[in-house]
Amino acid sequence: MVRRRFSFGLVSRLSSPIYGRSPCSGGIWTPCLGQKRSFMTAKDLVESEEPEKKVTNRINMFSAINQALHTVLDSDPKSYVFGEDVGFGGVFRCTTALRDKFGRHRVFNTPLCEQAIVGFGIGLASMGNRAIAEIQFADYIFPALDQIVNEAAKYRYRSGNLFNCGGLTVRAPYGAVGHGGHYHSQSPEAFFCHVPGIKVVIPRSPSQAKGLLLASIRDPNPVVFFEPKWLYRLAVEEVPVDDYTLPLSSAEVMRKGSDITLVGWGAQLAIMEEACDEVSKLGISCELIDLRTLIPWDKELVEDSVNKTGRLLVSHEAPVTGGFGAEIAASITNSCFLRVQSLTQPQISTPAFS
Amino acid sequence: MMVPKPASSWARLITTGLLRRPSHPFHASRSTIAPVRFPSSPSCGPFASVLRERQFCSSSSSGDESEDHLDEFLDFPGAKVGFINKIKFTAERPQEPVPCFRVLDDHGRLIKDAYMPEVDKPLAIRMYQNMVTLQVMDTLFFEAQRQGRFSFYLTTFGEEAINIASAAALNNDDMVYAQYREPGVLMWRGFTLKEFANQCFSNVADYGKGRQMPVHYGSAKLNYPTVSSPIGTQLPHAVGAAYAFKMDQKPLCTTTFFGEGASSEGDFHGAMNFAAVLEVPVLFICRNNGFAISTPASEQFKSDGVVAKGHAYGMRSIRVDGNDTLAMYATVKAARKMAVEESRPILIEALTYRVGHHSTSDDSGKYRKGDEMQHWKTMRDPVLRFRRWLEGEGWWDTDAEQKLRSDARNEVISALQSAGSQMKQPLTNLFTDVYDTIPRNLIQQEKELRSTVGRHHEDYPSDVPLY
Repeated sequence: MVRRRFSFGLVSRLSSPIYGRSPCSGGIWTPCLGQKRSFMTAKDLVESEEPEKKVTNRINMFSAINQALHTVLDSDPKSYVFGEDVGFGGVFRCTTALRDKFGRHRVFNTPLCEQAIVGFGIGLASMGNRAIAEIQFADYIFPALDQIVNEAAKYRYRSGNLFNCGGLTVRAPYGAVGHGGHYHSQSPEAFFCHVPGIKVVIPRSPSQAKGLLLASIRDPNPVVFFEPKWLYRLAVEEVPVDDYTLPLSSAEVMRKGSDITLVGWGAQLAIMEEACDEVSKLGISCELIDLRTLIPWDKELVEDSVNKTGRLLVSHEAPVTGGFGAEIAASITNSCFLRVQSLTQPQISTPAFS
Repeated sequence: MMVPKPASSWARLITTGLLRRPSHPFHASRSTIAPVRFPSSPSCGPFASVLRERQFCSSSSSGDESEDHLDEFLDFPGAKVGFINKIKFTAERPQEPVPCFRVLDDHGRLIKDAYMPEVDKPLAIRMYQNMVTLQVMDTLFFEAQRQGRFSFYLTTFGEEAINIASAAALNNDDMVYAQYREPGVLMWRGFTLKEFANQCFSNVADYGKGRQMPVHYGSAKLNYPTVSSPIGTQLPHAVGAAYAFKMDQKPLCTTTFFGEGASSEGDFHGAMNFAAVLEVPVLFICRNNGFAISTPASEQFKSDGVVAKGHAYGMRSIRVDGNDTLAMYATVKAARKMAVEESRPILIEALTYRVGHHSTSDDSGKYRKGDEMQHWKTMRDPVLRFRRWLEGEGWWDTDAEQKLRSDARNEVISALQSAGSQMKQPLTNLFTDVYDTIPRNLIQQEKELRSTVGRHHEDYPSDVPLY
């Protein structure tokens, strides 16, 4: 049974302009979501996959992504980073200093044409290279949808595995920041989740972003990697300095609980954490799960959790209808039908403009 | 042709209509693009405005305008240009269309003073044999589809010269990104008739594992990525692959084939622009065969064909008679040399005619005249034209022709029979290769499918193995 749940508190926090200015000392950002709190740190992870005793730096998400790209370009001479404006560092600074270090042949601007960026990337990847294509905003990925859906996703399958473009990774900032409007705020992950043959990966934090991006780049399948732009500067945590990967298609239980399973990804998890804290005062124990990879998703982990709690709530920024939450809800209903007492998606989504 | 004496170096740049190419990060210095000379004409020519005489002139000529050009210039980041103090629109197309290079006339005779490529007897005969085999394969495979033996087919009739001559001019290690009307390239490189037939029948021996419609061939060993149906999507792939060759410093190029219809696609624009900007060794070979299914070229673009678009992207381009085997060979050979040695893209527009229907799903009699099709099939057949030249050289005769056609026919029939009698791909291949390893959700789906098959065996096709 699906019940409506509204939370205006969440909406107001989304629209408050808390980023871009630093009230904190040293220019280090901690998100001020209603109350001052640190962002999820590596040590807060319930099931941390990072080994103990790592050398870490306190950095934000774009720096973590930048580190991942440095690592890839350093370790694999046949890797390339390209897209609009990546040369000078990119509009979100994710590609800072790459061109200076690795040269204009490996880190280069492309003309303004998303379909050609991805098409070019497919060709480069099919020749055994790591092609890391940047789409400037996820809102502009649609011209490349044909290349992603009809070409990249099917390259291996349609050729009978004679060819593949597994070396392709398409990175794009996604999600609302408050002032982005229609065309700098979209969460288009659902379009891509409908496409077998690609993987869709969304990190929630800097340390997750670095590990998941390294894993995505090295995965032998084309990956669409959405980076929550809201967290580029806002999210700061201890990120291991070395080269590490986090597993794809492996969801993570961020906090254990017994009364309800909450599933989300990307920036929305920060909101959901808040919600968990609030309801814990009412004695409700939430199990919070970060899906991390949307396709192929870790259905078993979510099923185990729902079998334990009997309740599922999925929350995402993207529009509700046809959103990926619907897939999770349908899938869990199918597999856990007798166990589920309630199944919910919040009936709000990020406003189209704010 | 008049070339005015410029007063200053900048004025010279203006009158040639072209500028020194700004230095590019990839290459320390590049020569200027050779100026294109148009026939001299009055500066307004036929394009004068009808509203007020000579108020706004347009001109395709770059001569005789020095008196209008000011001896000043400014370097905008987008263009370093001189100024002009009159309103002059560049004409929508040049006075004359770009001429078409040919070596042989329609009867297979060498044209006087034509540039003749180096083609010896073995090469010429091999090209001809491939063209005939392609023709025979197309004829019989088309028939096989009509008989219901497989679901779909499309022929390369009329474009045999483009297919074979291009392939012959390339290196076997050059990657070829085809549209779908270029099986001759595969044939040249050694794809067997059985391999073609296996793919069409989607049988157990198909390299594509039975997943695609017929004619969607691919071969890793022959450097021919598997064809996909969407039009023009292969163009940017070819550019990316060419970039890989350039970075790996291989003396190779990529070639991509497409029809004139594909030149309307966004992927064409993106690929051409990327290729020029990134300076990669790729050949864009456009088969301008006059039709995109039923849409004639006159409804596809208003430009002077596809060759005119090269200039717009800063790319060297050429127009060639696609039905002239020797001209095609010479052009692709020359283009390849430039592409590889100078790391630049080249656009080749090969004019031809699509003799056959678009595919077995098309009846082109509905939109074009039977006479026209018949004319091109008989009087303008590239295979016959090349044969005439071979015979003129004393390298071919009627006996050889009969033997070749008869052998080809027997081999094609044998390939069809062999491929048609084989089992289809096994069920398991429905789920493999979606990813490099099969994910859990697909394992689950396969289980469910097999369970359904088990319960409804009578509804399951008998030639699809269950393993």
